[in-house]
Amino acid sequence: MNKSYNEVMSRKNEIMRSAVGIEYGKFESGSVAFDYEGLMKAVPYTVDEIAKIQLDHAVGNTPLIELKNLTKLARMCAPKGKGARIVIKDEACNASGSFKARRASLSVYQAKKLGYKGVISATSGNYGAAVASQAAMHGLKCIIVQECFDNRKIGQPEIIEKARKCEALGAEVIQLTVGPELFYEFLQMLEETGYFNASLYTPFSIAGIETLGYEIARQTKEKFGKIPDAVVCTNAGGGNLTGTARGLIKANAKTKIIAASVNLTGLHMASDTQFNKKSFTTGHTGFGIPFTTMPDRSDVPRSAARPLRYMDRYVTVSQGEVFYMTEALANIEGIERGPAGNTALAAAFSIAQEMDQDQIILVQETEYTGAGKHVQPQLSFARDNGIDIRFGNPREEIPGKNIILPEHPKLIKAIDVDLNVLRKSNVKNALTKATGKLSEDDIQYMIQETNSDREFVIKAIKEIDEEKYL
Amino acid sequence: MVKKGSWVSVQCTVLDVGQRAPQVPDDTKKVPLIMWTKGYLTADAAIGDTVEIITRVGRKQTGVLIEVNPAFNHGFGNFIPELNQIGEQLRALLFTEDN
Repeated sequence: MNKSYNEVMSRKNEIMRSAVGIEYGKFESGSVAFDYEGLMKAVPYTVDEIAKIQLDHAVGNTPLIELKNLTKLARMCAPKGKGARIVIKDEACNASGSFKARRASLSVYQAKKLGYKGVISATSGNYGAAVASQAAMHGLKCIIVQECFDNRKIGQPEIIEKARKCEALGAEVIQLTVGPELFYEFLQMLEETGYFNASLYTPFSIAGIETLGYEIARQTKEKFGKIPDAVVCTNAGGGNLTGTARGLIKANAKTKIIAASVNLTGLHMASDTQFNKKSFTTGHTGFGIPFTTMPDRSDVPRSAARPLRYMDRYVTVSQGEVFYMTEALANIEGIERGPAGNTALAAAFSIAQEMDQDQIILVQETEYTGAGKHVQPQLSFARDNGIDIRFGNPREEIPGKNIILPEHPKLIKAIDVDLNVLRKSNVKNALTKATGKLSEDDIQYMIQETNSDREFVIKAIKEIDEEKYL
Repeated sequence: MVKKGSWVSVQCTVLDVGQRAPQVPDDTKKVPLIMWTKGYLTADAAIGDTVEIITRVGRKQTGVLIEVNPAFNHGFGNFIPELNQIGEQLRALLFTEDN
């Protein structure tokens, strides 16, 4: 079989079909619209059944912790009477050390059930350890493909730690230099091994996260007698937010869903020289913005992670703010966790100050910490790479140049991203699948995709090309 | 000489300069896409030889032998004094006698 780049990429659809076990074509309309809920029904389990599968595999039922000292600090920084109670879901307690265990559990369960001998995933994040952990429990083989090093073979300490953890859990780790052609290597591995693609973006992956939203609703009702007024999700590929929001909806829990990403504006994600200039390898705008405006850029034909459908607000925080908040969690709450998972916490600390004191803001994840994956080595690595680290106003942070640790916690501010700009961009990207004039189904689909209304979508289309599409 | 059966790391070039994908930025286009894999050496060899390994899942992989018993050396890096200051500041704000 021809293994050249172009030949392998041209076989992408057939490789994916046999590696995911889902016939995506049957959900397509042939135009912009596709049957998203139909795709999600490819998962033949209820949320309660999924929770049971997960509990059988050391996933879920993680503690809910009220951060009383952090709440007190937020109230000291807030206008009088403001400062919602800050609550965190300690997802680091899952088997693999992050919420990603939920995401992996159902995929690996399904792979085993369908008779695959192994699972593969392309990820440099916590998801690798999650897939490796679940594969270990099921006795399946596991390959994790990572973008890890720059051309000098200097690697992000955070990613190297994740490689170590995957190997510790019995997986084979394939490490690559920077570049989106990782996908080519990934496809070759799928073709060579015939393993299941435990993609982050299948319905199994997203349905596995629904239990998180479902659990939040149950636990907050038990503990506080109410649903949280806002839930903040660290946002990158969009699955975390999508699954959590869907789980909350399934529990009939009405709340505000807020996305939070680390602001890495200006750094190119596929740049070899900029790869080690960033101190966050996930949870950042470099993934968060493109995946919100074009969810189908993932490794499956149609992504089940569609965050813009569920997002009420999108904010960014700086690297320095997240590092500061990670230190705060350790120093005043006694909980030491990994920085990337605290992106939403930094945002929540700021947003809590806009809310009343009887309200609750919930941060829905934490991640494990340790060598490489910790404020200390990540800042040390940044300093070694010429990044200026100092105290000051976080608004002066320039990604790739400096990291500004807030000189006072009151300077931590979640900055709003204009959702309408993202919605317009989502409409524009969706139109690339249009074959001519749009049908009513296409319009309805775009309204759902953008969580907007008819007027907004029609106006956005008119601004692009009225004659062609309407 | 590295003995057959040793746990090693091999390196290979997946895409040379000139074969990189069109969407890749210019600085990345100037360097090859390199891959590292670990496994058990299938025959005695020397560092720098092109060798075959059997990986953790049982795959065969060819590459240049670069390391024997490859170790993870990541840790907690150099001390960052600023981190102490964050802790001191927060404790001062929250846990003074006035509070």
